[in-house]
Amino acid sequence: MSTQTASKVPEGKPADWVPAGDLQEVVDPEWLMHEAPRTTEFITGSEAAREAIRRCNVDVAISYPITPQSETMQQAGYLYDEGHIKEYYRAEEEIGTMSAIAGASRAGVRSLTATSGPGLMRGLEAISSWPGARTPVVLLNMCRVINTPLAIQPDNIEISFLLNTGMLHAHGENQQDFYDYTLAAFMVSEEVDVTLPATVSVDGFFVTHARGHVSMTDPKYKLPPRDGWRSAVPAMDNENPPARISRDAPIQKSNFISYHMHASWQQEVFAAVRRSAKYWRKYLGDLIEVVNPGAKEMIIASGAAVSQARECVRQSEEKGIEVGLIKVKTIRPFPEEEILNAVQGAERIYVPEFNQAGWLHKEVCSTLYGKCKADIIAGPRVYGGMTMPTELLLDWMAEGRKDNPSYTF
Amino acid sequence: MSLANLTPSPGFHKWLPVEYRDLVEHGPYFRDKKPKVSDMGKFKEIVEEHPMCAGCAMTLFIRLVFIGLPTPEHTVIVGTAGCGRLAISQGSIPFIYGNYGDTNATASGLKRGLEVRFPNQHKDVVVMAGDGGLIDIGFQHLMHGWFRQEKFTTILLDNEVYGNTGGQESGMTRQGQILKMAPRGKKTGKIDALGLAKVSKVDYVARIAPTNPARVARTVRRAVLVAREVGSSYIQAYTSCNIEYAIPTPDVMKDAFDVEKDRYGFEEIISDRAKEFLAEVEKKDKAKK
Ligand SMILES: Cc1ncc(C[n+]2csc(CCOP(=O)(O)OP(=O)(O)O)c2C)c(N)n1
Ligand code: SF4
Repeated sequence: MSTQTASKVPEGKPADWVPAGDLQEVVDPEWLMHEAPRTTEFITGSEAAREAIRRCNVDVAISYPITPQSETMQQAGYLYDEGHIKEYYRAEEEIGTMSAIAGASRAGVRSLTATSGPGLMRGLEAISSWPGARTPVVLLNMCRVINTPLAIQPDNIEISFLLNTGMLHAHGENQQDFYDYTLAAFMVSEEVDVTLPATVSVDGFFVTHARGHVSMTDPKYKLPPRDGWRSAVPAMDNENPPARISRDAPIQKSNFISYHMHASWQQEVFAAVRRSAKYWRKYLGDLIEVVNPGAKEMIIASGAAVSQARECVRQSEEKGIEVGLIKVKTIRPFPEEEILNAVQGAERIYVPEFNQAGWLHKEVCSTLYGKCKADIIAGPRVYGGMTMPTELLLDWMAEGRKDNPSYTF
Repeated sequence: MSLANLTPSPGFHKWLPVEYRDLVEHGPYFRDKKPKVSDMGKFKEIVEEHPMCAGCAMTLFIRLVFIGLPTPEHTVIVGTAGCGRLAISQGSIPFIYGNYGDTNATASGLKRGLEVRFPNQHKDVVVMAGDGGLIDIGFQHLMHGWFRQEKFTTILLDNEVYGNTGGQESGMTRQGQILKMAPRGKKTGKIDALGLAKVSKVDYVARIAPTNPARVARTVRRAVLVAREVGSSYIQAYTSCNIEYAIPTPDVMKDAFDVEKDRYGFEEIISDRAKEFLAEVEKKDKAKK
């Protein structure tokens, strides 16, 4: 049979076209993330994502539009056209997108997609099977209200649906995090003893459509490519000796062996989530950031709520009140030890969130239950697209200092 | 996969199960002359034992598909929930078993990923799934894969029923048929999937019943080669469900012949570009002989 030629010039490009990605230099990821010189630009979160993707050496990206995500995957389309991404298409909808990107990952190539609220929900059956299939994929998630009533506003309730899937999950505070976490996510997810998909969430609009300062490395550098031969399970490439029971075969007979197989497979997925912590630390420093350690009043937050909490800390300080802040960078693995250590000495802990379910509050409660004497206050929370005024947080904290506090908003 | 990958080192050879040694020594991989249907019984097949119902026509068909694959050592099969995967997963070819109905989306990403990763080695991707899996739950992905002209083969194992969940009607069930969830008989007709393939400009479309094994193998080979070089390909195969349609096991082949004669005759719909390509390939094949 005929063989394909290695590098075909795509239709519409001149014969001497060179993919922009081929002109980039592969560098050590730690050097890229910690030491390489950076310059700062004032850009939107979607643009920060684009700049991260440019440096991520992505093989296959599959897109489907949904506000507020669309902007990012459109930008990924331009990166494909420039030759930074090798393969790209707009899929039919999100189950198609999420199934196809898993197919790409199974081929052993670096795979990227993105979505928001309702799109995430539509793709969830596929997404929730990625960890069990041990498919490293990076999913950028720009949080948005889940219908109904219909809205496109920021609200991060959809994160709660991903918590128990076995996915890695980082939640960025701002444009800078979106850039840094995306680079880290590819590297962590493809580590052999991890081999799991990773979500990088940011709160829609607040981060995606607003500008912030983002310090970035020279675009001439990129991450090393995914090595399809290096993973916890073999790629589905037919490059391994044949076996009659393939990795994806259903072991679904109703007997004890099959139950054990499935149970141990699940245990291993969740163990891999924990193992990933060391790699996240390598790239992001710690899994949490602590402001004013040892303070009696602490705020624990992730995503955009961190920015509001920072302002609350600053304004409290002006009034001579010390408030501490724990920024949770990774939701999975959840930094239990770190949080536990950081709240020693706290009397009251506030968990402000951009969703009504209070998933972070529940995480914090189950982490600290029986191990910390502080009151863990469920809020304040805003949702449905509301912003979180700093005054709301300040009011709640003032209330907390009373004998019989009653929190309302 | 290379032959070296497959071959055990001499020290290990005798400790490997005879099953594996047979696959290496007498399997269909890396053969100048690939074993044919007429060689059945004289070589190690990709699938042999399986837990499907005795006499199920689908299993015969799946066996023949494996024989028809032009390059089994560089093929990946994508399947889904349904009876077929019980046998397909016992085949010695990597098999992706995802969520119900996700096959053609998965195959789209897989095929493109394999092309990026192995620019100098063809990797054939073949979807094999039931009528429920492809025409009902996976319909959108089937159609859009065709619209995008994805270069993989889809084989529909059409038993005209949801076999694996115990006999419910599917989009491919015929009008009037009484089945579970169709207590008064199916209200509407069988979906014209071949017609849809045609209007979607699928490059190679075939309808077939497992009555002529050599023809099944040849059809599969054609479909896979077209997907490799030209565009999408689709085979719709009548593979009766003897359990849910109460066909006595000894009569399964008689039923296949009857249905073939009545409404499932062999038919190919081939685009001009695929015709040209196949003529070229088959001319070379003849010259080799
Ligand atoms: C999302 C989802 N919905 C439903 C099912 C249940 N299910 C498993 S197999 C099957 C029917 C299979 O029928 P078909 O695809 O025609 O294949 P057959 O068993 O007849 O070969 C169904 C409905 C499932 N596994 N997943
Ligand atoms: S239920 Fe029907 S299609 Fe499924 S294995 Fe049995 S006979 Fe075959």
